[in-house]
Amino acid sequence: MPDIIELDNVGMSFEKKGGIFRQNKRIDVLRNIDLNIKEGSIVAVVGESGCGKTTVGKIITGLLKPTSGEIRFGGKNLYGFSLTDFSRTRELVQFVQQDSYAALNPVRTIYQSLSAPIRHHYKNYSVAEVDDKINNIMAMVGLTPPEQFLSKFPHMLSGGQRQRILMARAISLEPKLIVADEPVSMIDVSLRLSILNLMNELNEKLGISFVYITHDLATARYIAREGNICVMYLGEIVEYGNVNEVIGFPKHPYTRALISAVPVPDPEVAKREKPIPIKSMEITPLENRPEGCVFFDRCPYADEKCKSRIDYAYVNGVKVKCRKTEELPEWIN
Amino acid sequence: MNIVEIRNIVIDYKLKKYSLRAVDNVDFDIAAGKITALVGESGSGKTTIASSLLNCISSPGQIVSGSVTFKDGEREIRVESLDENSLNAFRWEKISMVFQGAQSALNPVVTIFNQFYETMLVHENYKPKDSRVKITKEAAEKRVRYLLDFVNLDADRVMAAYPHELSGGMKQRVMIAFSLLLDPSLIILDEPTTALDVITQDFIFRLLRKINRETGVAMLLLTHDISVVAKYADYVGVMYGGRLMEYGAVEDVFRDKLHPYTRGLINSTPAINKDVSLLKPIGGEPPNLLDMPSGCKFHPRCPYCREECKTIEPETFSKENGHKIKCFLYSDGEDKCRI
Repeated sequence: MPDIIELDNVGMSFEKKGGIFRQNKRIDVLRNIDLNIKEGSIVAVVGESGCGKTTVGKIITGLLKPTSGEIRFGGKNLYGFSLTDFSRTRELVQFVQQDSYAALNPVRTIYQSLSAPIRHHYKNYSVAEVDDKINNIMAMVGLTPPEQFLSKFPHMLSGGQRQRILMARAISLEPKLIVADEPVSMIDVSLRLSILNLMNELNEKLGISFVYITHDLATARYIAREGNICVMYLGEIVEYGNVNEVIGFPKHPYTRALISAVPVPDPEVAKREKPIPIKSMEITPLENRPEGCVFFDRCPYADEKCKSRIDYAYVNGVKVKCRKTEELPEWIN
Repeated sequence: MNIVEIRNIVIDYKLKKYSLRAVDNVDFDIAAGKITALVGESGSGKTTIASSLLNCISSPGQIVSGSVTFKDGEREIRVESLDENSLNAFRWEKISMVFQGAQSALNPVVTIFNQFYETMLVHENYKPKDSRVKITKEAAEKRVRYLLDFVNLDADRVMAAYPHELSGGMKQRVMIAFSLLLDPSLIILDEPTTALDVITQDFIFRLLRKINRETGVAMLLLTHDISVVAKYADYVGVMYGGRLMEYGAVEDVFRDKLHPYTRGLINSTPAINKDVSLLKPIGGEPPNLLDMPSGCKFHPRCPYCREECKTIEPETFSKENGHKIKCFLYSDGEDKCRI
């Protein structure tokens, strides 16, 4: 399968305003991000708040322009081609936000919200064709009969239904890739699984690739199935590879700490007291990110050599940014 | 031994044209020295129940009937009938609360130490005149220092800090230290880790369990995350649509999964170690409080729904081990819905 999108050594930095007396400071939010997403695959991006996962999502959708590196869509540099090409790309890469209530215009009906992008991008469609298309996508996301929802306003729907509407809007332009940023964290627990299943279904039936951004390892594992997972920390990818390999046999100390911290819904397993292999609970602020290994301050296995620049190592097809990955104690979970 | 006993409590939110029944006929005990969890989705009534323990249900909510009894040694305090003055003394001294979102619970323009000190001074004033002690700043400092050390914070730095100078996890730990300030017998924790990351979350819960084991303070944990319940709680109550659907020891509830809703919740929660193909979503939508289904509130989503479930609301049936289930499937004391 060809790559649909490639991030090549992408970096992103923002300027922090210093005020009257201090100089402005540049803060690197992302450093050396390499990420390839194959057509029809699902990639989960996990990390804690502030690790840059949402920024990656915004770069992929073209909402932010990276300050360094290259992003290629279907082999072509996204910022190299003309504006019309760029808008066509924007059509093929869609974004689903976390807060479904904020993402829909509260004074527009669902029909208005769904028809606007279709009418904008398919100017030659007749009203009947637009309606047809809307009925189709509504059926695809499981909101039937469509008439029951189309004339409603966002506040009249439940969180799960609104999230389905967002999915419907995202697939209305027949995209190749959908970036979903925490799509289930704000909806009720009993509905989460059905939204995740919907994403899997769209992936299988329509061949849409997904980038699933989350802080929740359990749902990331569920949705990625056989796909890849990318663990981020302080703006860098620390581990990237097949989801079962990464979660079953984590090779980076940070991934290990994350996995040990996730509670399991089974009291017999969960009550076994197991310390988290981590030195401090506080995340290092981005401004004083260590120069070498980003996890240096908190890593229980780090030594002096970890302070210098490190490269990716490849173990069992997993890309891991750790010098000591071979020396880590055996992983028991 | 129970520290709080809630009996047949009914709480309504009275609006102009109609009233919402947020909690209906709930019987619920909180065991002394244990961690009891209430788990439920938004709108299931768990925060409303917790507020009734402090009699601080936000307006226009009110307790329509039922009782909340707090056991203070030999004394029994009926919380729902306390007057304003005794309530002020009761709150925080007997039952304290760690609110959802520590960020907004702390006063942004007062240093952490002064917030602690103020609370101590105010509560001294609620005591009868002859038993009041003058709290010196030094004594208060000693106490606050002890508490902040207890939650693994650098006391010197934190005491002089304003809330914005602390990270989210630190603020949450300050709130936990704050809740211990007056030596309460029960702490209510309302979603104590919602805005925090997984590693911080785990750290906070380990800390809470340590506090629970070392000081013997009882805790009521409100959460929507059953994984957290499995890991940290001793007892669990499952709420749905304002009803307590199931209650029992965590091990029993998770092993037997008797109520169809509990079973649905457990079977639909992705876990990091479980086979993903076994997961099954619960169909349908959570109930709308304005338009509650008749009969059992879970019946429109229940795979075991029968004719009687649609019209009659089931009573609560108890098993010998204290496990309680509100479902007709157990009306003759037998487990008939095993898969």
